[in-house]
Amino acid sequence: MSSSPTLASRLKGRSELGVVLLLGAAGALVIADAARIVTPYSQSDPVGPKTLPFIVGGLLLVCAVFLAVNVLRGGQGEAEGGEDVDLTHPADWKTVLPLVGAFVANILLIDWAGWVISGTVLFWGSVWALGGRNYIRDGLISVALSLLTFYGFYLGLGINLPAGLLEGIL
Amino acid sequence: MDVFSSLMDGFATALTPMNFMYAVIGVILGTAVGVLPGLGPAMTVALLLPVTYALEPTSAFIMFAGIYYGGMYGGSTTSILLNTPGESSSVVTAIEGNKMAKAGRAAQALATAAIGSFVAGTIGTALLAVCAPIVVDFAVSLGAPSYFAIMVLALLAVTAVLGSSRLRGFASLGLGLAIGLVGLDVVTGQARLTFGVPLLADGLDIVVVAVAIFAVGEALWVAAHLRRNPLQVIPVGRPWMGKQDWKRSWKPWLRGTAYGFPFGALPAGGAEIPTFLSYVTEKRLSKHPEEFGKGAIEGVAGPEAANNAAAAGTLTPMLALGLPTNATAAVMLAAFTQYGIQPGPQLFESEGPLVWALIASLFIGNLLLLLINLPLAPMWAKLLQIPRPYLYAGILFFATLGAYSVNLQAFDLVLLLTLGALGFMMRRFGLPVLPLILGVILGPRIEKQLRQTLQLSAGDPAGLFSEPIAVVIYIIVGIILLWPLLFKLVRRNRPAAVVPGNGSVASVPREAGGSVSHGSHRADSPTEADGDGVDQEAAGTAIRDSVTHDKQNKETP
Repeated sequence: MSSSPTLASRLKGRSELGVVLLLGAAGALVIADAARIVTPYSQSDPVGPKTLPFIVGGLLLVCAVFLAVNVLRGGQGEAEGGEDVDLTHPADWKTVLPLVGAFVANILLIDWAGWVISGTVLFWGSVWALGGRNYIRDGLISVALSLLTFYGFYLGLGINLPAGLLEGIL
Repeated sequence: MDVFSSLMDGFATALTPMNFMYAVIGVILGTAVGVLPGLGPAMTVALLLPVTYALEPTSAFIMFAGIYYGGMYGGSTTSILLNTPGESSSVVTAIEGNKMAKAGRAAQALATAAIGSFVAGTIGTALLAVCAPIVVDFAVSLGAPSYFAIMVLALLAVTAVLGSSRLRGFASLGLGLAIGLVGLDVVTGQARLTFGVPLLADGLDIVVVAVAIFAVGEALWVAAHLRRNPLQVIPVGRPWMGKQDWKRSWKPWLRGTAYGFPFGALPAGGAEIPTFLSYVTEKRLSKHPEEFGKGAIEGVAGPEAANNAAAAGTLTPMLALGLPTNATAAVMLAAFTQYGIQPGPQLFESEGPLVWALIASLFIGNLLLLLINLPLAPMWAKLLQIPRPYLYAGILFFATLGAYSVNLQAFDLVLLLTLGALGFMMRRFGLPVLPLILGVILGPRIEKQLRQTLQLSAGDPAGLFSEPIAVVIYIIVGIILLWPLLFKLVRRNRPAAVVPGNGSVASVPREAGGSVSHGSHRADSPTEADGDGVDQEAAGTAIRDSVTHDKQNKETP
């Protein structure tokens, strides 16, 4: 009974332990993956493909352990500032999630619908997520950007972005 | 061929009308993108990579030279007019620069930054042209053991010396090395970390990784913490300087250059340390010390020059050894590889004309910057007011476009988002980005050298120490790693005593520790104990007071 509240209070505000988990998982993954490689010893390559993965995996695991200790003792990573960053308010997921949504929509659409459509969705969706509410102006800018980059890449750089649904029209 | 005639050939290549036009485009694009808040030079170069795909290598690199210096200059404009530096090397510029701007002297601050950058960039590029062939002569005599040692030094130095937390630096390095492992092993053809996904067999495209970590990670991070009330942009006219300003600026420019170049050329030099040292020096030497903290022009001139000289210095190991020491150089190295060009000692022989054209266009780009940016400064200032939704939507848009156009695979966009999420997490928890990027790029090269070394010695680990240079470098590595420990011991024995500098080698980590430790949360951060201590402390406080958000971990241009 007495240990659970202390554990809970110790874990509170320690979201950085997630980083510990990530590092630990990555380290374990790298080592497990390397362990499965079978190569005969060769005179011309005494190091082999497994050595560096073992070192890297070990480094990750050691970092995970030290970071866990550091965080539980009250250590904290400094969140990064910037011109447009205001660290006084907590992370605003209502902005980030729609933004990721627009990005995912672009991934799903790009090969089927083509860059002009998916790019428009991406830009318009991102502007909306970030707080732009001038729907018509935002829409016009999105379409213009997508068209310009499509033709710019095609004519200027010789890169054919997918035309998708608009094949034949563009 | 001697340096001078090679360089003249380089100018001949770079000054053909088409190539000159690419240099102009590069400078304008680089400045325009670099001025935009949230876009540092590394991200600028990464985002503009696709633009150069269609060009032949020489033209592409001439354009890169312009983008490189342009992005750098754009960053200083942002920090002077907004007081929130885009990257750690502009932190010091922002201290006095923004105070000057607030006092109505924005035009002079921008002018001394622009002219100082030009002076430092020109001297720095000249030093590059002189030093690089010397380094190459030295480097061709080195074998795999020495290369392996140098790369280990570069990785450890960047991880352990820069940034505020060593532990988090090493965590980031580990992640980078792991990302670098993905793909088929070049020697045996064994698949590593591909999980049976054929698209991963070729490894992760470094452009995709860089754009994801820099651009997507940054955009998502800013989106989560978007400032609700935008910062005040100080309006500015055409930059100019009075006679007094010139008189007070020229010495700091030269001193800043002297600090900047050597630090930039070192494996863990970066631009933070020289800009900081330059600030402290100018403050001490100034005839107007009372103006420091209120907008002293020396405090802009010196650090800006140091910043640009360091940028030129960085190119020395990049071109001569194939060793990137900051994020921008790392991205440029990726661009070289994209064209099938391997930077390193052989580069000057195999691609001599290209290298000299690149160096010549660095001179040209520098001059163009001065000519273009003095009159255009008011226009750049307007770019700072671009509505933030458009800015960050645009970053995502162009990041997507850039990553997609490399291979035209939607799968790359999945990677982009995944690694972007990683970049977001790293920013949230203070993991520095630079060790990761260097890990991705240097990891495979380190492995190659390690295998060659042990192949030569038939598996005997003693082969690692078979060259004297390698042994010397391992000693330096040892000093860097053990430095905090040694420092504690010395301090315990002789409290407040001057630490004896063991030649130039030991003084590097010492200075690094002294300047980076401010604002750090490390318990064992070393503090200068000698006479400099007072000044450094004062300057450190000034940094904390006047810069809203200290960016210790961000990349160094």
